[in-house]
Amino acid sequence: MELNQLTAHELLEKLNHQETTPEAILDSLQARIRKVEPQVKAYVRGEQEAGNLTLNSFSLGPLKGLPVTIKDNICTEGLPTECCSKILRGFRPPYDATVISKLKKSGAAIFPLKANMDEFAFGSSCENSYFGPTHNPWSLDCVPGGSSGGSAAAVASDEAIWALGSDTGGSIRQPASFCGVVGLKPTYGRVSRFGLIAFASSLDQIGPITKDVQDAAILTGLICGYDPRDSTSVNQDVPDYTKSLSGDIRGLKIGIPKEYFVAGLDSEIKTIIQEAVNKLQNLGAVIHQVSLPHTEYAVPVYYIIATAEASSNLARFDGVQYGYRAQSDNLMQMYKLTRAQGFGQEAKRRIILGTFVLSHGYYDAYYLRALKVRTLIKQDFDQVFGDFDCIVAPTSPTSAFKIGEKALDPLKMYLSDIYTISVNLAGIPAISIPCGFTKKGLPVGLQIMAKPFNEEMLFRVAHTFEQNTDWHKIKPRL
Amino acid sequence: MKYQTVIGLEVHLQLNTKTKAFCGCSTDFGKAPNSNVCPVCLGFPGALPVYNHQALNSAIKLALAFGCQIQEHTKFDRKNYFYPDLPKNYQISQFDLPLSRNGYLDIYSQDKPKRIGITRVHLEEDAGKLIHETGVSLVDFNRTGIPLLEIVSEPDLFSPQEAFDYLTSLKSIIEYLDVSDCDMEKGSLRCDANISLRLEGAKELGVKTELKNMNSFKGVKDALTFEVERQTLLLEANQKLVQETRLWDVEKGVTVAMRTKEGAKDYRYFPDPDLTVFIIDASIISQIKAQLPELPPEKMRRFVKEYGLTEYDAKILVSSKNDAEFSESCIRDYPGKDKKELVNWLIGPLLSEANFRKIKLHELNLNKNELISLIGFVERQDISHLSAKSVLSQLLDTGKSARDLIEEGNLKQISNAEALLEVMETVIQENAKSVSDFKAGKTNALMYLVGQVMKKSSGKANPKVVGELIRRRLTDA
Amino acid sequence: MSIDKETIKHVAHLARIELQPNELDKLSGELDEILGFIDKLKYLNLEQVKPASHILPINNVLREDEPHVSLTSEKALENAPSKQGNFFSVPKIIE
Repeated sequence: MELNQLTAHELLEKLNHQETTPEAILDSLQARIRKVEPQVKAYVRGEQEAGNLTLNSFSLGPLKGLPVTIKDNICTEGLPTECCSKILRGFRPPYDATVISKLKKSGAAIFPLKANMDEFAFGSSCENSYFGPTHNPWSLDCVPGGSSGGSAAAVASDEAIWALGSDTGGSIRQPASFCGVVGLKPTYGRVSRFGLIAFASSLDQIGPITKDVQDAAILTGLICGYDPRDSTSVNQDVPDYTKSLSGDIRGLKIGIPKEYFVAGLDSEIKTIIQEAVNKLQNLGAVIHQVSLPHTEYAVPVYYIIATAEASSNLARFDGVQYGYRAQSDNLMQMYKLTRAQGFGQEAKRRIILGTFVLSHGYYDAYYLRALKVRTLIKQDFDQVFGDFDCIVAPTSPTSAFKIGEKALDPLKMYLSDIYTISVNLAGIPAISIPCGFTKKGLPVGLQIMAKPFNEEMLFRVAHTFEQNTDWHKIKPRL
Repeated sequence: MKYQTVIGLEVHLQLNTKTKAFCGCSTDFGKAPNSNVCPVCLGFPGALPVYNHQALNSAIKLALAFGCQIQEHTKFDRKNYFYPDLPKNYQISQFDLPLSRNGYLDIYSQDKPKRIGITRVHLEEDAGKLIHETGVSLVDFNRTGIPLLEIVSEPDLFSPQEAFDYLTSLKSIIEYLDVSDCDMEKGSLRCDANISLRLEGAKELGVKTELKNMNSFKGVKDALTFEVERQTLLLEANQKLVQETRLWDVEKGVTVAMRTKEGAKDYRYFPDPDLTVFIIDASIISQIKAQLPELPPEKMRRFVKEYGLTEYDAKILVSSKNDAEFSESCIRDYPGKDKKELVNWLIGPLLSEANFRKIKLHELNLNKNELISLIGFVERQDISHLSAKSVLSQLLDTGKSARDLIEEGNLKQISNAEALLEVMETVIQENAKSVSDFKAGKTNALMYLVGQVMKKSSGKANPKVVGELIRRRLTDA
Repeated sequence: MSIDKETIKHVAHLARIELQPNELDKLSGELDEILGFIDKLKYLNLEQVKPASHILPINNVLREDEPHVSLTSEKALENAPSKQGNFFSVPKIIE
């Protein structure tokens, strides 16, 4: 196996024994990128820049210079951070996101190319990138999922060792599922959002996308923890997540939400998930059906809250301080043209929808209502977690769909996040792990959800499942 | 007058914290453009706000001083509108759950007390500064994110003078609490006014005008006075008023209609998801209450009770915190039981010296012991009141002691009757007419004679002694 | 709930986005469809339900009034599309 094909923990082992160097790892990644990037396009300007990659200096620390790939919406000092939008063209933040500072302090090297994404994380397919779509390494005419499609595709195609993504409504878990890798959305407040370019502040969370559960546990441990610069970051001790990789789930009570197995779920996926659930049962877990009665309202609630927050968060992109500016001799025109030309279609659609639901006369009917239903969705989970250790469900109702298939139908696209959105609304953690393949050879993800701040439960269940299956070992042929 | 004026004021107050509301940038005034800035106050992508503890405490302090109810659950909201001095294109402010509501401020207008309602005091952040040049506007974000309080009064002010008096009382309280520099010229206190006219006796408010761009208390009064006249003329001519925002043009002394930004209902307020809720419980409130200093009304009542001052005198002394402290320390050290003489000095000669020097009472270069010693000389009739005033002036200029100045100036009064007799006899001889006038019952004549003695003694004669000597001499004869 | 074009135009103005006529047509159809879907929230009885503007049970997060190091004005202006001296520069303001 080439170095770039190994997991982070395998490479750390080698680095610790002086069997390899960060430079050698970079070289193998670079070779891989040169080879497959023209088809996969996981990175922003990947093809152009692949020839002259150098590692930024890294400090002494346990990661020993191991590179981490970063989604384009996480601020990296001096490196372009453009949210894959024309409006942030050329933006180089004067500061590092907290997760980046933490990684640097741990001795990680920040990979100099940023991972592709849907513009401002608006999308479930990575087609809404100003830099063009990323392709699914398992089937190049399919989407890698989104919005962290670049991060997931890079990890799946061995163009990255591991990566950070962000998840507002499924943007880590759904691409992880589509690309056959592991993706975790931590509890809201577990990882600092400082330096994550906000989409929807009350839902966004940074998390790892990795080749296996152990890597996810390591990377989560490195990035999470209290940050005094983020008011919504929770001051709670960070456990050693690798200790949760016990391989034992005997006696755990797992709930299967019946609302996740209704019309709209692809029958092939349903079967695969059912097999995975059987596997968990065989491994000693106790399985029961549970109900999350407000599940059907999650998508509408999400598209009100997320777009409302986004409309305000994205108001700052106006051509005054940074990024793209349309030329005009008066300010009003400058604003309107900058934003008309700088934002893509989906961004404009969401900003206008979000502005509408907050506007006078509609606030109570939409926004306030959505906040109330959000309470109900959260209560659904509280109720189930009163009796169950975790919930298991599909990550997505389908496997990766064709590029262009849903691009013209926003509502259809929104519905592809139907199983991931509730988790963000409730603020709970969830992980997606590979659990099989469709007949066409596309990966399928199993989603595990736990109560707030119980990421350990996710790692324990996910790791046990993974250690007893081989899905994570299968690589796409490229 | 046919119309009643109704005014409500909206004051924006910069808190005097060391750092900004949501980041650690300094609040220093007058720094090079865009040098007190960071990703947070510049609204850079990804940056997040965390509120300043000191700002919250100061705000609660002020709200409590106004007798406001503190909201147990309070939160920040975003007020969304585009303007280049607003880097995020929303202002972090408060909408439906403001920090506090329903307070009041007691003011004195034309020497009558009046209670003005305070609708709400809420937290927000300041915007940057724009400089308009030909074809472009330049933006400086140093001021962006400085913690502001918005203090909204009820429409309880019925004249421009009342508005002025409200601002004066407001400033006095703020000074007492030491929560802001309160300097309108530097922009640390800003005031907008809502004004409308209604027929005397009418219950409903008339069409209101919002006035902006006043940069002194006097400017507020002048703009309101202009607006009363303008609206009166329009109403008397049966013309319709439109609700609008008008800018005060201090040069021309007029208000000018301004084109508005978004309408108030287009601000799309919603809870700021980047900030948490604040729960201000009884323990926080009692903690901060305990830190409240004695405020002007209480201090005034105490001065009256403890030192026997009149309400009028006490009110003047307490209007400024530092002056009140200076005055009280003088009063305490003053040996006389009746403090009236000292207080007369404080609010008379001393205050006029301060006004003349354009400083505050407590800023005068004056040792209170020297003041007390000087008043002692007057009370013992060692020097005349007139001389004492000139000694005071010299005291302030030179810092010398009262005793030295009196000696240097040879100002001691002659109170010794014998020393005065000779001069008196000369004056009586030289002014036979006045003497006979006095004897005929014209008491004014006595004053004239005293004046003449004073003149001949180069002002050193004690006028009281002289008067008494002359009266006795002329009535006895 | 459907949304008329005048409303979309007003909202686009509030959001400072210039819309081409064809974009307006397309958006109005799409938003109608999305709002129709969102409308299902109408049928829930929410009288007793508190809104969850914050999902976290944490409150009173504050920082002490201590200065940090600010950016230099050079750094602050590094990404500016247009600047003049130490100022950001924008076209003249016409409401």
